[in-house]
Amino acid sequence: MKLIFEKSSAGHGTDYLPKCDVEPYSFPAELCREHPLVLPETEEAAVSRHYTELARQVYGVNDGFYPLGSCTMKYNPKINEELAGLEGFAEIHPLQPVETVQGCLETMYTAQQYFCEITGMDGMSLQPAAGAQGEFAGLLMIKAYHLSRGDMKRIKIIIPDSAHGTNPASCAMAGFEVVNIKSNAKGCVDMKTLKNLADDTVAGMMLTNPNTVGIFEENILEITQIIHNAGGLLYYDGANLNAIAGVVRPGDMGFDVIHLNLHKTFSAPHGGGGPGAGPVGCKEPLLPFLPAPVVKAASEGFDWAEPSQSVGRIKMFYGHFPVIVKALTYVLTLGAEGIREMSETAVLNANYLKNLLKECFDTAYEGYCMHEFVLTLEKLKKEKGVSALDIAKALLDEHMHPPTMYFPLIVSEALMLEPTETESKTDIEEAAKKLTAVYRKAKEQPEMFHDLPLTTPVCRPDEAVAARNPVLRYFSRIER
Amino acid sequence: MKNELLFTKSHEWILFSDATTAKVGITDHAQHALGDLVYVGLPQAGTAVEKRQSIVELESVKAASEVFSPVTGEISRVNEELTDNPERINESPYESWIVEIGGITDREEMMSTEEYEAFCAEEE
Amino acid sequence: MAGYVPHSAEERQEMLKAIGISSVDELYSAVPQSVKLKNLHLPDGMAEMEVKKRMKQLAEKNTVFSSVFRGAGVYHHYIPSIVKAIIAKEEFLTAYTPYQPEISQGLLQGIFEFQTMICELTGMETANASVYDGACAAAEAVAMCCDAKRNKALVSETVHPMTLETIRTYCKGSGVELVTVKTKNGITDLAAMEETLSGEYGCVYIQQPNYFGMIEPTQEIGKMAKKTDTKYIMGIHPISCVLLKSPGECGADIAVGEGQPLGLPMAFGGALLGFMACSKQMTRKLPGRIVGLTADAAGKRAFVLTMQAREQHIRREKASSNICSNQAHNALAASVYLSAMGIKGLRSAAEQCVSKAHYAARQIGKVNGFSLVYPGEFFNEFLTYCPTDTGVLIKALKKRGILGGYPVEDKILWCVTECNTKKEIDLLADTIKEVCGK
Repeated sequence: MKLIFEKSSAGHGTDYLPKCDVEPYSFPAELCREHPLVLPETEEAAVSRHYTELARQVYGVNDGFYPLGSCTMKYNPKINEELAGLEGFAEIHPLQPVETVQGCLETMYTAQQYFCEITGMDGMSLQPAAGAQGEFAGLLMIKAYHLSRGDMKRIKIIIPDSAHGTNPASCAMAGFEVVNIKSNAKGCVDMKTLKNLADDTVAGMMLTNPNTVGIFEENILEITQIIHNAGGLLYYDGANLNAIAGVVRPGDMGFDVIHLNLHKTFSAPHGGGGPGAGPVGCKEPLLPFLPAPVVKAASEGFDWAEPSQSVGRIKMFYGHFPVIVKALTYVLTLGAEGIREMSETAVLNANYLKNLLKECFDTAYEGYCMHEFVLTLEKLKKEKGVSALDIAKALLDEHMHPPTMYFPLIVSEALMLEPTETESKTDIEEAAKKLTAVYRKAKEQPEMFHDLPLTTPVCRPDEAVAARNPVLRYFSRIER
Repeated sequence: MKNELLFTKSHEWILFSDATTAKVGITDHAQHALGDLVYVGLPQAGTAVEKRQSIVELESVKAASEVFSPVTGEISRVNEELTDNPERINESPYESWIVEIGGITDREEMMSTEEYEAFCAEEE
Repeated sequence: MAGYVPHSAEERQEMLKAIGISSVDELYSAVPQSVKLKNLHLPDGMAEMEVKKRMKQLAEKNTVFSSVFRGAGVYHHYIPSIVKAIIAKEEFLTAYTPYQPEISQGLLQGIFEFQTMICELTGMETANASVYDGACAAAEAVAMCCDAKRNKALVSETVHPMTLETIRTYCKGSGVELVTVKTKNGITDLAAMEETLSGEYGCVYIQQPNYFGMIEPTQEIGKMAKKTDTKYIMGIHPISCVLLKSPGECGADIAVGEGQPLGLPMAFGGALLGFMACSKQMTRKLPGRIVGLTADAAGKRAFVLTMQAREQHIRREKASSNICSNQAHNALAASVYLSAMGIKGLRSAAEQCVSKAHYAARQIGKVNGFSLVYPGEFFNEFLTYCPTDTGVLIKALKKRGILGGYPVEDKILWCVTECNTKKEIDLLADTIKEVCGK
């Protein structure tokens, strides 16, 4: 496909603005840009065709099964876009007088309330732009909490070695020392090791439950108690909330701070990599530390409030408002029962798929899974030289988006699958057939697997060359 | 593996040319684990280093790692060729020295070739 | 049933049977009984028709102004219809991050084009795929420049207050010491900056145009930063840099900014786009996703996410930033905007912004007491005095469907874009005259 720059033709373009109806003003020469600025010269029809061509080489969950473990690629309801695009939401300036944005504030307040109810928290800030930002905010809150009590030596955060990379990265950004705790043979937190680690230098622990291998930490009440007894706080990574929403609440399990991923659990679309939203919530003792501002109910209507010891602002304005609209729409649609049904079906679907695959594939852990499960291709790699990557690439020829590869790090040759609740029984059976067929072929004809896929526009782009000699932009023929 | 080479537990090799000068690189085990190297973050010549201090950043397509100095001394030379051709380390890990350290005053515990081979076998 | 779960009752039974259980509850046996919920205290689910009604009611509680003269971080620019049409495509909307390049060449190429456009706008050599917003971009840029040796960051007090606050919050985590340099006549006090800068400072950050719309002496600041070998981070308004000196021309090491003016709605401040671009030397320090060019096994041109070893999923606690996502969908909107408008359209928008702002300043200035607070050049925002209570004036403007400028203490920060017509500006000035007398 040509780049839009390569489709540029001198003199082409479309006029979208009327002529200026006031006297023109020019800056003095010394302030003016001298370097050329090259943008494509393309008329609207060419622009439209270009992006349509690009869209043809993109695969979304609207196209088919997308079992990316840890991403919750569920169906994105069409009502979301329609409502987020309403003039009354889209054409609102964030700094309008408060009485002219009561609709926005009520939307955010209602969302805050509903998210608190679902997670068992006492307050929420909808400001964080993504899960990783929610983590950063939550960790700053934990830090501020301990410092406010004169507790200066709590510099560590305990994180399971199965955790998503953002967890330790967020800790480092917040100025904490990361203590990795090894997962036991069941993929869960090792209780003995935890007891040894939990002392008065520990600010807290970051966990997701179910964990990243799709297993519910059955010792969760003991885990949270151990940390609390040692004076630490518990942080819940909400990435896996789709397994338990409506069934059990992080707050009731002992978590003090949480973040949600609205683009995962709450059906907001992923957009090719963002924007998402990662609201951060907490229990009462941490309310003063929430990022500012939050929405409060005022004597008449709604208004902004600044938590008294806020960790500060982590971005401009109030958060990804259109994403919040989509998430609220979703909660209103599902209601209490629907949320429970969502989670239960996500878990049912995962176990159904896992069951269909058990003949061929090795699962990393025994027993029922939650909303996702991990396969290990270690045996296939050893016996036939076919890796998780090779299997994933083969699936592309089957017009199926591969599962998550090589995560979590604690499983060798991992493939993690999360079907979500919106896949039908038939969809799951189809997927299982494809996966099984690919596996069988790998055993019979392993040699051909290193050159797959065959039917996609490109095959195995050279990532080493891309990283060694990075070419990160296009240069038009007119050199500066 | 050459016999004069000594090894560390973090998979560096070190080759002394005299009592206070040595070249440092990473072993075949290390380059294999990293995969295709794409970037080597070399230190500046003249930098003082302590044993066990991180001195070089390595990046591959799928991983990032550090090279730890096995000795205390001063970086006398760096292998500039690796800036444009980091893949040399993958191709010939024992020929591709990364830094040369001079003025060596202290060293960490090191293993012989046999000890290192046994160590690697045990790690698996 | 409310929701999007597809299974019929029979299918559900068949699935349970296949797994060998009689109820889903068995799958939750590991959940401690004491914490299992009976039910959530939430309203019952609603049919789509009802949900739409409810949300529309909320939207109607907001006032949509026909004339917008307020900026201060989010701007009302013209968005060609093609932008909305393209970004509505389901493929772009519902795809995940392009980690499987073979089936995401469309997304990857789109990002590569975006990176190219940002490089062109900023005059810098490398750009990433975007970060959350301009404030975060500035905070991440500070993190790129500061370390144990150079632990201080110098930020002008003329930057957007929210950007300053954001940098402050990020520094709380990183331990970088944030020092600000004061304002003089609406721009950065250069003498104070020169006095403060030293080898302790990893970076200096200014915004162009600044929060008050004023033009900063960006080239002089660049020269000043070089003297102490301090990295120069320049925040820019992406439309203004068609006319003004680019960060590349000013000797910047990093360019950042807020891309919302490029085809994104105001959306209550919720549709933002942070861009980051830097010199070749700093490329490997850029956070976030970056797309690079390569070839596949058959020699075909292909795009991939590259230099991933910088990122959190590989470096974990050693990562310089925890950023995982980018504003992909918003970056796409900006790319479509820039492609559709082209350099001609962008220049027209910029020229109209500055011309109409100067016309508005003249017309508003004709009313007694509304003179400009600061001397000097400005782009499309300007601060005037206000002889009356700002709240009273804003209310009066609202009655005419006009969103007046943003009250900053007892003054008003006005913003004019290509969307405002001469007629609108005249109505604005007339209304001000009516409310405030002569």
